Amino acid sequence: MTEKNGQKQVVVPGEIISQDENMLPGDWTIKEGNNIIAIRLGVVEKQDRLIKIIPLSGVYIPRRGNVIIGEIRDMNYSGWMVDIGGPYGAFLTLKEVPGYVEESEMENVYGIGDLIVTKVFNVKRTAVDLTMKQREGGLGKIKEGLIVRVNPHRVPRIIGKEGSMIKLIKDATKCMITVGQNGLIWIKGDNVEDRIYAKKAIEFIVENTTTNGLTEKVEKWLAENKSGVKK
Amino acid sequence: MSEKSLYTERADGRKLDELRPLHAEIGVVPNADGSALFAQGDTIAIASVYGPKTLNPKHQQNPEKGVLRVHYNMLSFSVGERIRPGVSRRSQEISKVTEWALTPVVMLDELPGTVIDVHINILQANAGTRCAGINAAAMALAHAGVPMKELVSAVAVGKMDKTIVADVNKEEEDFEDGEGATDMPMAYLSNSGKITLLQLDGRIQLNKFKEALEMGKQACKKISEVQINALKEFK
Amino acid sequence: MGMEVKTVWKVTKKNVLEAMNKSERLDGRQPFEHRNIEISFGVSNKAEGSVKVKMGKTEIVCGIKMNTQEPYTDHEKEGTMTTSMELLPLSSPNFEYGQPTIEAVEIARVIDRGVRESRFIDFEKLCIKEGEKVWGINIDLATINDDGNLIDAGALAAVLALLTARLPVYDEAKDKISFGEFSDKKIPLNMENMPITSTFFKIGDKIFIDPTREEEDTTDGRITMELSKPGKEEMITAMQKGGEATFSQEEIMTMAEEATKIFKKLKTLIDESLDKFEKGKK
Repeated sequence: MTEKNGQKQVVVPGEIISQDENMLPGDWTIKEGNNIIAIRLGVVEKQDRLIKIIPLSGVYIPRRGNVIIGEIRDMNYSGWMVDIGGPYGAFLTLKEVPGYVEESEMENVYGIGDLIVTKVFNVKRTAVDLTMKQREGGLGKIKEGLIVRVNPHRVPRIIGKEGSMIKLIKDATKCMITVGQNGLIWIKGDNVEDRIYAKKAIEFIVENTTTNGLTEKVEKWLAENKSGVKK
Repeated sequence: MSEKSLYTERADGRKLDELRPLHAEIGVVPNADGSALFAQGDTIAIASVYGPKTLNPKHQQNPEKGVLRVHYNMLSFSVGERIRPGVSRRSQEISKVTEWALTPVVMLDELPGTVIDVHINILQANAGTRCAGINAAAMALAHAGVPMKELVSAVAVGKMDKTIVADVNKEEEDFEDGEGATDMPMAYLSNSGKITLLQLDGRIQLNKFKEALEMGKQACKKISEVQINALKEFK
Repeated sequence: MGMEVKTVWKVTKKNVLEAMNKSERLDGRQPFEHRNIEISFGVSNKAEGSVKVKMGKTEIVCGIKMNTQEPYTDHEKEGTMTTSMELLPLSSPNFEYGQPTIEAVEIARVIDRGVRESRFIDFEKLCIKEGEKVWGINIDLATINDDGNLIDAGALAAVLALLTARLPVYDEAKDKISFGEFSDKKIPLNMENMPITSTFFKIGDKIFIDPTREEEDTTDGRITMELSKPGKEEMITAMQKGGEATFSQEEIMTMAEEATKIFKKLKTLIDESLDKFEKGKK
């Protein structure tokens, strides 16, 4: 019921996915009687007895551990208010920033309008807590580079299995790329041409996410569209 | 023995319960979180959804559940005689009843403190605009990934003299012979069988009203299939 | 897509400027290169004329609605014209309901000026009875998706809508318009006065055209130039400088020269679209 010619089927809100009384309702599904019903547009995924929906669209839903890119909107004596997309605002407290920051220094560390690579460490009912501390580093203020926005649900495809897809792009474009789970992507490179090349490669992936053999297609695209080469 | 109706054949040749050609598409507004176009014959509506997002100012937030804000308006050139751009009393009323038609299916309990903005604009009007608007809006909400129990489908059922018809067009709306035209827009949830929009103007007997409701339900089920098919085309 | 788009990121502005300095843009275009332009007619069959223009992802619709009315004093034998621009909240998270903002008002007035001052419409031929009755033309624009450069997209839509509009059936004796029924008569136009619009944007010291919304929000200023070519030479019939930036004489002359090149390109596009439209009708 969920697979058709190997392509996952899209289900719509209200659609009955299963009538097997043994199945359990996962993300974006509810159980009514014996029926598992979808409550969000997406594709069905079955794991043993659990049925869940992987959304294809809609705003970003924060999850603990997500590395994302947010914009500083405001600040008060205890921290910064950050816009990360999604339904709720996020907060970064002073103590979640490495080192000691005086209240008077806050503006210099992260000012209003600055973009930061940050991590979700707690998701509350109507708010999200962020941290700038991560063992492996990589979090901080974005000072230069290009920002690309994509549908957050395309991010897994852009990253690829164990990062294979994004590695392809990094190698070909010689850019450092940070993919935020909320759909913002930071491209850092020496030349603006390289950054634009990487941006276009990412847009190519986004336009072709449902195609089979995407990896080969991306490799081909990268070879044919080297930066600086005008078509 | 019932008297014969003065309206037995429809002006455009449709069967009594036949809908106009339906066309549905999602993603027509790239900036929006979700968007759709829905056309019923010559009536064309587009809807776009932004959200869920935090509602500001804070005092307007509902801490228990999210808020749905709906705005419906017709473009000035969607009708024969130009409508001055801007909000009218009619569009305010339709915005509100549309909000009431959609709210029951949106799972706002999951989204406290947020707002979901639904914008509906009519590009071309040939009766049944609020229904086309609801059909487009329901699709746009689903496209925006808003959690919903099911879709909402709407149609305007009519009575021309003594004849009940589905999906009234402008000509039928203006019918004047005999008992004249009665116009009944309704919105229906195909799974749970509930009605979320019901309005009427005209004159209708109770048994005819029952017939109209039944015809409306069947018509809405057909519309629901078109909405679902368009959503499944999502790439 | 979720995040507020109002504030322009400092890094975006740096990138746009850096790219411009290398004569490149974030989408790989040249400074004076347009995005893909798509035109389709007949947005509303209730309008006397209507068109949808897409420039890249920017989408604007324009409808012409006509009415009869008394002429203005001092213009007893001329028809009238109004232009409106609705920045629909449907088309962008940045547009709100309420009174038209200065953004919407300015766009409408700039487009209006181009059409009016060029004398594209022959207002005297819109006179029905001197001093008593004339035709009024309403040019109504609305955004469906805002991705920048609304003035140019709107101006192009206005011209195309005027070119393909037909007068409604009108009973002069009863002064009654049969809306929805169209005559074969087109709006009286002076084709050689057709206004074609190009807006030039400035960031740092670089000039370019047709920005995306992201690019446009990083710019410091713009100059819109509306040209027509009634004879052998192009004429500038309307101009508007917007934003806080300053411009040198050289920059302005460069823009004017570039505007004549763009004029040729867009005129060809308009002629081709019109041709397709006429053939489609037969």
